[in-house]
Parts: sequence; C-alpha cells; structure tokens
Amino acid sequence: MSGAFLKPPFENLERQHVAVSFGMWIFLGSEILLFAGLFAGYGVYRNLCPDGFLAAGRETDIVYGTINTAILMTSSLAIAVAGRAARAGFGKMAWRLLIATIVLGLLFLVLKGFEYREDIEKHLIPGAGFPLAQKGAQIFFTYYWVMTGVHAIHVTCGLIAVGRLAVAGRRNLAWLAGSASEDATALYWHLVDVIWIVLYPLLYLTGRAHG
Amino acid sequence: MSDVAHPAAPDHPATPGSAVPPDYLHDGHTLRSWLFTTDHKRIAILFALSITLFFFIGAIAISVVRLELVTPAGDLVSDDTYNKMFTLHGIVMVWFFLIPSIPATFGNFLLPLMIGAKDLAFPRINVLSWYLYVAGALLTVVTIIAGGVDTGWTFYVPYSTMFSNTAVLTAAMGVFVNGFSSVLTGVNFIATTHVLRAPGMTWFRLPLFVWAMYATSLVMVLATPVLAMTLLLIVVERWFDLPVFDASRGGDPLLFQHLFWFYSHPAVYIMVLPAMGVASELIACFARRRLFGYSFMVYALVAIAVIGFFVWGHHMFVSGQSPYANVVFSFLSFMVAVPSAIKVFNWTATLYRGSIGFDAPMLYAFGFLGLFTIGGLTGLFLATVPIDIHVTDTYFVVAHFHYIMVGGTVSAFFGALHFWWPKITGRLYPETLARIAAVLMFFGFNLTFFPQFVMGYLGMPRRYHVYPPEFQIYHVLSTSGAALLGVAYVMPLFYLIWSFRWGARAGANPWRAKGLEWQAPSPPPRDNFLTPPVVGEPYDYHPPEGPTAAEEQVA
Repeated sequence: MSGAFLKPPFENLERQHVAVSFGMWIFLGSEILLFAGLFAGYGVYRNLCPDGFLAAGRETDIVYGTINTAILMTSSLAIAVAGRAARAGFGKMAWRLLIATIVLGLLFLVLKGFEYREDIEKHLIPGAGFPLAQKGAQIFFTYYWVMTGVHAIHVTCGLIAVGRLAVAGRRNLAWLAGSASEDATALYWHLVDVIWIVLYPLLYLTGRAHG
Repeated sequence: MSDVAHPAAPDHPATPGSAVPPDYLHDGHTLRSWLFTTDHKRIAILFALSITLFFFIGAIAISVVRLELVTPAGDLVSDDTYNKMFTLHGIVMVWFFLIPSIPATFGNFLLPLMIGAKDLAFPRINVLSWYLYVAGALLTVVTIIAGGVDTGWTFYVPYSTMFSNTAVLTAAMGVFVNGFSSVLTGVNFIATTHVLRAPGMTWFRLPLFVWAMYATSLVMVLATPVLAMTLLLIVVERWFDLPVFDASRGGDPLLFQHLFWFYSHPAVYIMVLPAMGVASELIACFARRRLFGYSFMVYALVAIAVIGFFVWGHHMFVSGQSPYANVVFSFLSFMVAVPSAIKVFNWTATLYRGSIGFDAPMLYAFGFLGLFTIGGLTGLFLATVPIDIHVTDTYFVVAHFHYIMVGGTVSAFFGALHFWWPKITGRLYPETLARIAAVLMFFGFNLTFFPQFVMGYLGMPRRYHVYPPEFQIYHVLSTSGAALLGVAYVMPLFYLIWSFRWGARAGANPWRAKGLEWQAPSPPPRDNFLTPPVVGEPYDYHPPEGPTAAEEQVA
C-alpha cells in the first residue's frame, strides 16, 4: 500500500513525510516575509500618520471582519481534525471535514466580496471622492486593499489545494491517511488563517479602542 | 595536473548481468523529454541555456552603453535609449543571469550528487522553478518589445511610479514572477540538504559548495518575498493609482528604498556566496590540499548570510536617513568584512605547501580570489560614511560592485563551468584555449573596471550619457577592456560547444577530485550513482596513509 505514495527520489515513506512538511515550513517562512513587507510599511505609516490611520480604521466593517475571523478559524479547526481523523482510520469523516473546510473558505470569500461591495459604495477607494481628509487615511486603505487582496489570493490557492485533497480523497480514502499532501496542505491553510489573525487587529480593531 | 593521463576505461564497471542505464543526456531524446523532465541535471541544463541567452542580451545592452561612452558627447544613441540600455543591462544581469547563475545551474546539477542523493527533494517543484523563470523572462522580453524601461534596475520611486513613461509594469512583474523561481529553488535546496544526505554525510562533512548553496537558499527564501511585495506595491501605485510611496499623499519614498535594499543587499550575497562555494572546491582540488579551516569556512558563510540582512542602510547614506542609522549600518557593514576576510585568508592558507596545478578552473579561481578581494576592500571604503558621501553615485560604486559580481561571481561561474564540464558532458575541454580565455578574462576585466575606480574617485557620475572631456581617457580604456572581456566570454562558447561533440572522453574523475559527484559516471545516469557512493572526510586530498603531494607530483 505504502508504495503507492512513495515518489522519487525517496526510498522511504517516513523520510518523504518529513521532507514534505519540512519543505512546507520553509515555504511558510518565505510567505511570512512576503506579508512582513506589508506589515513593515503599515507600521511605518501608522507611526507617521496616527490620526489618519485611527480615523480610517473606524471605517472598515467590523461585523464582516469578525464573522470572517470566526469562519476562518473554524475552517482551520476542521482541516486540523481532518488530518487526525484520516490517520486514525475515520476516512469518511476526514473527507467530510475537508468539504467543511472548503465550504467555510468559500463562505469567507463570499462575505469578503459583500464587504468589498459595501466599501466601494462608501467610496473607500483612495482617490477622488474618498470621504476622509486626514493625512494617511488613504494610505491605510491602500494597505487595506492590498493586504486583504493578497490574503484572498492565498485563500483561493489554499482552496485549490484542499479541493485537490478532497477530489483525490474521494476516490481513495486511504490516500488521505497515507499521503504527505494532507499535512502540507493543512500547514498552508493554517498560515492563511494566521495571517488573517494579524490582519484582523491591524485593519478592523485599529481606532476602535475609544468608541 | 593536465599532464595526468585521463583513464579511458570505465570507472564503474557494471555489475554482471545488469544493463548500464543510459546517462541523463541520452535518457530520452524528444523535446518533451526535456521540457517535462524532473531530472535535476536536465533542469540545470535548461537553466544554463536560458541564463546564457539572457547573459548575451544583457551584454548587448551594455555594449551599446560602453560604445556611447567612448566620446564625451551623446552621439551614438539618444539619452532615452541610453537610459533604457543601462536599465535593461541591470535588470537582466541581476535577476535573469547572476541570481540564478550558479545556484540554478551548478547548484541544481551538483547538490544532489555532492550529498549522494538521486535528485532534489521536490523534482516537480524544481521544474516549476524553471517555468517561473521563463515566465519572468518572457515578461522582460515583452518589456523590451514594448520599448524598454528607464528607471534603472532599482525602480526607485517616485520616478518609477509617477514620472517614467516606459514599460515599468511588465518589467516589475517580470522580476516579481522570477522571484518565485528563486524562492522555490531555495526551499528545494534547503529541504534536500536536510533530508537527502547519504548515510555518513554529516553536516560537517558537506562540501563547502553545499554549505554555500544552503546559505544562499536561506537568503533567497527570506529576502526575495520582500522584494516581490515591494514591486507589487509599485504596480499598485502606478497602475491603480493607490497611494503608497507618493509624498504628496502622505507616503514616504524612503520606505521604498528600505524595502528594496532589504532584499537587494542580501541579493548580493545570493550572487557571491555560491561563488565562494565554487572557489573552495576549486582551490582545494588544484592545490591538492585539505581546505584550511573547514569549520571556520562554514561559520563564515552562515555569518555573511545572516549579517548581510542587517546592512542594507549603507545604500542610503545620502538619502536623508538618520545619521545614527548611518553609523549603525556603517559598523555592521564593516562586520561583514570579518567573515569575508576569514574566507580569503583560508583560501590563501590552503595553497600553502600545496601542489598547485594551473589548469583553467584554477586560473579562474585565482581570478576570483584577487578580484573579490579588491571588490571587498573597496566595499570598506564605501561602508565609511564620509568616503561614501564623496563617491556616492559615481563610477567608484559601479567598479566596486562589478568587482564583486563580475570579477567574483562570473569568474567563479566560468571556473565552475570548466571544472564540472567533464562531469556534465562527459568530455574534456581544450585546456590551452581555456587557459588563454581565463587569463584574457582577468586582464579584460581589470582593464574595464579599474579605470572606473579612478574616474569615479575623480567625480565621474554613473548613469550619465554625456560627460566632461577630461574623463574620456578612462572611458576609452574601459570600453577597450570590455571588448577584451567580450572575447573572453565568447571563446568558451565556441570551444565548449566544440568539445561537447569532439572533446576527449573524460572518465568519471579527470581531476582526481574528492567530492562524491566524482564517484558517479560522467555524465551521470538518471539516478546519479551506479553504486552507493562512499562518504569520507571532505577534501581528503592528502590522507596520512596516502602519497604526499610531492610524491603525487612525481607519479
């Protein structure tokens, strides 16, 4: 059975598992540095234009933001349990949890879309007609759009990866338990979640401390 | 060493009854078998062909620049064309030649062989790296067709986002896409080094080339994404008109410079660390000596990679950043010189009491050693704030970084090309021609770039199309040096192609070198080794029980 999961150049399945999840960890380090460029810029401008950032932070929609945070964290729980379930022999349950992850991920994107529509209706795109006059408020919204946009691209990539697991797992439930892809995909999905946990306070909680 | 007879007999007699597998060059002949390969050796060849093409594109661009500079007047090309040419040269040479040069070709080919593995850990991701490189390269070609870009390779804002009316978007996106190629190569190398070392290949038995690839990969993985994001912000500001760095809307253009150099200074180490790895292999082999201070060489590589992340501010001494920041960045830049000097001294000490062979790879290694030292020492001039203020944006800076990147990295690249050519192709190159090319490259290089130190110190600014006539003599010297350099680059193209078809068969180990890659047949088969390689101490060139260097010479 294990021979089916073994891919060259590996000669032993355990080693391959170590390699795949180790490689994914290294890649996640790289991903964090990708967002770190944005975090650094956000930090600099938050410091240079505190008034603009606080005023702009109050304009984002905290209801959508909070619900989406809960959705994404729940989806991370689902995929984490899916891996454990697959290895414990509950293949069917693992597969259902993967579907739950996908549904929650899609729900996140749909809600994000509604939120974007509302932002556009409120003219929260930097440029002519932008409602706030404070210095830096427009830059806050540049960062809002870029950060959430790049994050949404990551969610989409994650969904494709989880979708691949679900499709392959449907044909062969044992594959889910044996393949190293499940671990690596779950790690990636957790990263998407972790990045959002940083974005949430930066974009939704800023400026709301005093009402 | 070239007088040593190269054994014609197969070094690895196949075990009776089993067919010898075809070497990787003959394991499939269709285009498809190359384009969809997952063999690290074939991917290395794909990268080698692509970067060679871009090397010549970058070389043509700079030829126009050097010809223009023969006279003080702007008489050959317009100032716009001139700006586009030096920008094209910079972008192509940095991202489409130097960054992938040694890692994506020799690293790809040799890393699994040197640690006794069959392939990199993620073969399909490896070929994906090449496709990403090609995608980025195509965007660069589109940039050229669309009329070029004139921002300089640094894409400084606000010029790149607000004023330049050239193809900034495709150029930036090309570099952006190519960045993912670097990241994936880095991830692959790191994972491979961790999990696929042969039994007995402990961390402190790894050849320094592998350590160099490892340190380079760390920089690739951690620095490249910051550049990617910075270029994305340029695209956002330019294309969607969202404010990021625009000072009139509260932005800070200096933030761009910080983010850009956070990548682009470590990028220098992406270029030069692999060259150091190559030099270590070459010098030990042709001096027939164990590398002096192996563990210090390892720590020095890692130290350079780590400290290299904290010196970016020395590119910004005149930008108006805090003078306290200048002091700290200046100090840290001096710190990088310490591990670099350790390496230079250790290479030199390796030669002591060695039995030195002056074959072409060693000539290139010597070239590397001397030119890197000059580049490194002038780096100390530039790390000194008062001197840097005097020579900022002059040809002194241009000369300095070309001594590192071209004198250092390109010399090492050619050294590696000659040294491992027998392994890659199974053929020997013509030694005399190769030595002539190596010496010509050294002289051509110095004639091109040494005058630039002088004219830069005297005040000749970089990137100028028209200049005061008193600098003409230096520019004429520099351009004639560039012509020699061009000959030295083209020569190997011809004799190596010739040797690929007609060169003498090399045998598995024509240099009697000690790395594991020499235990595989030349060229190696798909799975690299016919029998599991025997791992010993690294650079075991004079084992106590073996013949001394002098006896070896007599033999």
